[in-house]
Amino acid sequence: MALILSLAVQAAQMVLVLALAPLLLGFVRKIKARLLSRQGPPLIQPYRDLIRLLRKEVVLANNASWLFRAAPYLIFAATWVAASLVPTFASGLIFSWSADLIAIVALLGTARFFLALAGLDIGTAFGGIGSSREVMIASLAEPAMLMIVFTLALVAGSTQLSTMAGYLASSEVGLRVSIGMALVALIIVAIAENARIPVDNPATHLELTMVHEAMVLEYSGRHLALIDLSSELKLLLYVSLIGCLFVPWGIAPPDAPPGALLIGIAAYVAKLVAGGFLLAVFETSIAKMRVFRVPDFLGIALMLGLLATLLMFVARSH
Amino acid sequence: MALTIIIVCAAVLIVLSALSLPVHRSPLGRILVYGGSLLVSLTSLAVALAHLLGQAPHQALTLPIGLPWLGAHFLLDPLASFFLVVVNLGGAAASLYALGYGKHERAPQRVLPFYPLFLASMILVVVADDAFSFLFAWEFMSLSSWALVMAHDRLRENVRAGYVYIVMASFGTLALLIGFALLAGPDGAFAFSAIRDSHPSEAIAALVLVLVLIGAGSKAGLVPLHAWLPLAHPAAPSHVSALLSGVMTKVAVYAFIRITFDLIGTPAWWAGLVVLALAGITCVMGVLYALMQHDLKRLLAYHTVENIGIIFIGLGLALAFQAFGFALASALAFTAALLHVLNHSLFKNLLFLGSGAVLAGTGERDMEHLGGLIHRMPLTAFTFLVGCVAISALPPLNGFVSEWLTFQAILLSPQLPSWAFKFLVPAVGALLALSAALAAACFVKAFGVTFLGRPRTEAAANAHEADRFSLTAMFALTALCLLAGILPGYFIDALAPAAKSMVGASMPLQSEVPYLSIVPIAESRSSYNGLLVFIFMLVSASAAVLVIHRLASNRVRRGPAWDCGYPDPRPQTQYSASSFAQPIRRVFGTLVFRARERVEMPPPGDAAPARLTVSLSDVIWDVGYAPIAGAVGAISGWLNHLQYLSIRRYLSFVFAALVGLLLMLAIWP
Repeated sequence: MALILSLAVQAAQMVLVLALAPLLLGFVRKIKARLLSRQGPPLIQPYRDLIRLLRKEVVLANNASWLFRAAPYLIFAATWVAASLVPTFASGLIFSWSADLIAIVALLGTARFFLALAGLDIGTAFGGIGSSREVMIASLAEPAMLMIVFTLALVAGSTQLSTMAGYLASSEVGLRVSIGMALVALIIVAIAENARIPVDNPATHLELTMVHEAMVLEYSGRHLALIDLSSELKLLLYVSLIGCLFVPWGIAPPDAPPGALLIGIAAYVAKLVAGGFLLAVFETSIAKMRVFRVPDFLGIALMLGLLATLLMFVARSH
Repeated sequence: MALTIIIVCAAVLIVLSALSLPVHRSPLGRILVYGGSLLVSLTSLAVALAHLLGQAPHQALTLPIGLPWLGAHFLLDPLASFFLVVVNLGGAAASLYALGYGKHERAPQRVLPFYPLFLASMILVVVADDAFSFLFAWEFMSLSSWALVMAHDRLRENVRAGYVYIVMASFGTLALLIGFALLAGPDGAFAFSAIRDSHPSEAIAALVLVLVLIGAGSKAGLVPLHAWLPLAHPAAPSHVSALLSGVMTKVAVYAFIRITFDLIGTPAWWAGLVVLALAGITCVMGVLYALMQHDLKRLLAYHTVENIGIIFIGLGLALAFQAFGFALASALAFTAALLHVLNHSLFKNLLFLGSGAVLAGTGERDMEHLGGLIHRMPLTAFTFLVGCVAISALPPLNGFVSEWLTFQAILLSPQLPSWAFKFLVPAVGALLALSAALAAACFVKAFGVTFLGRPRTEAAANAHEADRFSLTAMFALTALCLLAGILPGYFIDALAPAAKSMVGASMPLQSEVPYLSIVPIAESRSSYNGLLVFIFMLVSASAAVLVIHRLASNRVRRGPAWDCGYPDPRPQTQYSASSFAQPIRRVFGTLVFRARERVEMPPPGDAAPARLTVSLSDVIWDVGYAPIAGAVGAISGWLNHLQYLSIRRYLSFVFAALVGLLLMLAIWP
């Protein structure tokens, strides 16, 4: 019985992230539009887009290979698995020990690997420019992310997200400089990884600085729907990650009663709303960067992460 | 018994080499040599595997050959049997592959006799148990591999590669020779058992460590001693390249482990520091060099340098933990290094064999002349893709597991009480993370430019798929990559005896962890389950396929590429290998390679083409090697005069030398 219950909670988490991901994007777009004094599309517009794309036929370039057709499914699978392993409303889920935070970062790396390959498959200049810039950004964002993981792992004594969330929520943590640095670095990484302003512009693909949108230019129909859903899941994942590590309150502990789970869900939705709102405010108040300024931006994250790790190494005397 | 079979296997390989001489021109020679090598490798593999998994006791054997007062000592312990597994697995895959690939060889008489010798020498290095047999087998390995590197000596660059290789290999052997001489002491106790008991003084141990880093490090490809590797590995025929990169570098790692962990005994506290610093630099430099290449095989060779760096990070951490008495942490780092030895040998063999298939199918190894091979060579493309994912350390394949373990070992290192480590280890961690991310970028480039897109030349458009033998070998390695990725617990357990014999402890038994997870320390600390991640991904991908095709749409229409409305049919408009690397070159290359881009734009109204020139310089070569080569050249040019003297002058030299020696003897206390 307990097993079925924990399986049900895990399944709920998987469905929840899938269901909320488009809504989060719709919410960010709505807030951005309001901040620019526009009406903006309705909140459920991303769902409508997905359904419309799913129903359409796929227009495939003549020389597309099997990899091009398989990549959306692989990208979606890797991102979804990663998103289901981040604690959202409850920690210590039944499958949470199958991958720690390092593995979650690496799973996102797998998704990006196939996305970048898909960009090269048709052999167009747009796909190539997107892929080459994506891997350049990733080559700085991923080490920065791993340094953040190191910092938090050293604070919590674990790379297991549930344990980390539990420790960071406890009163043992106190105020630490390293954690602050890690938070700033993680926000920078999250912005870069999700192709948001100022690193990339999610609203356009015909601009000289495009990265993500150029890479997926040849996709259409259900393939495009999956790619879009994956990037929505990725945005949700990063907001959940920041939520569970830096605002870890309200997350239901392992084997919690249903009441705690409901509180967890409410807290989680509140965190998403706050995260989405802050993202929208940030994006409307800053200008897009030139693409070769991005390494400097990410370099800050990498240096902050390294410094925070170094502080943790030096601070731990035992 | 097991050791006897292994020695007999090596002897059979040597006999095979002799037998190949009369038949090297006929197909019989190819079948004899590669078929024979395959059988011998499989036998030896089975014996070594049984010894390792059965946790059989050490086996020693002394043969009355070699130095008359010493004999040839051989020993089969868990470390040796693990490395025998690596050597023979690589040997078996390469031999099977070469049964088909060997058909394309233009000069089989220059490959067939040396191939089994090379395999035999690697086996003998691993089981040697005295300094004389070890160095003999080591030099044998260098020379036979040199002969294979020089197999295609019509190409100027291969001759240069062979020259650089033989110079560096001799230099490395010299360093090892001096190291063993120091360890053996004035009595000449060359047997390893005698060296183990002798407990060298601290100064000697330090000197030997440096010499081993030079000797074994140059063979393995540690920066800055890597210069020969990216020249020599691609020059050989592809199945030999696979052995050079996938296996011979591991034999060098074996030599390092055997001497530092086993023979020297307890390491000095700074030993780990030196190794870690070198390893971190090796990692990042290796992958950055690789990113700048457009020759597929050279790119792979530079990646070997990177992976050797990852292995040495594990070994450096193991040394550090051991020096400060953290046995369990040391076992974790050591196991991570050994697991990466196995993993790297699997995927690097696979990738080199794949590059050989590309070379055989198109006659090209320059990525700028390839493209679109996934359509003409689908099976090779699939195996190469799996190799690329594995080497980029992405879950659920095997490369990720060993890097994950290395990261876990790094996370244990704040407990090291030395300040030097507290500053160095985070930096090494950052370098490792950077190299992992750059490796993924590099293999997106390697696979994307070679196999995806549109063919850039006629040769790529008319490529043909590899033969059955080659495909079988590549698929076997692919399966092993997946297996080691999803069931890492069994592989870690198999390494336990080797770790126990070298660092005195082993990781907790992983087969007792429920659901096939791996848990290096404690489950609350970290755990990873490759199988579950793999199943999860498989299930969610298939569920997505099923749901979408059933409920939404499964229609497909083929049309021309969209490309934002401006499709250009010429394949030259695609991104090439160098344009793909351009952003990364701009970010990292200006510092490391002094990369400069110059754009020559004709004035308005002039119809001349605009030109973009990229210049890169190899700083390590320019600073480290070119001056030495220049000095040697200058001195030999100066000494050249001595070649054209009269016989009287030479006789007077001999006389002067004699007088000088006698004087020295007279004055010597």
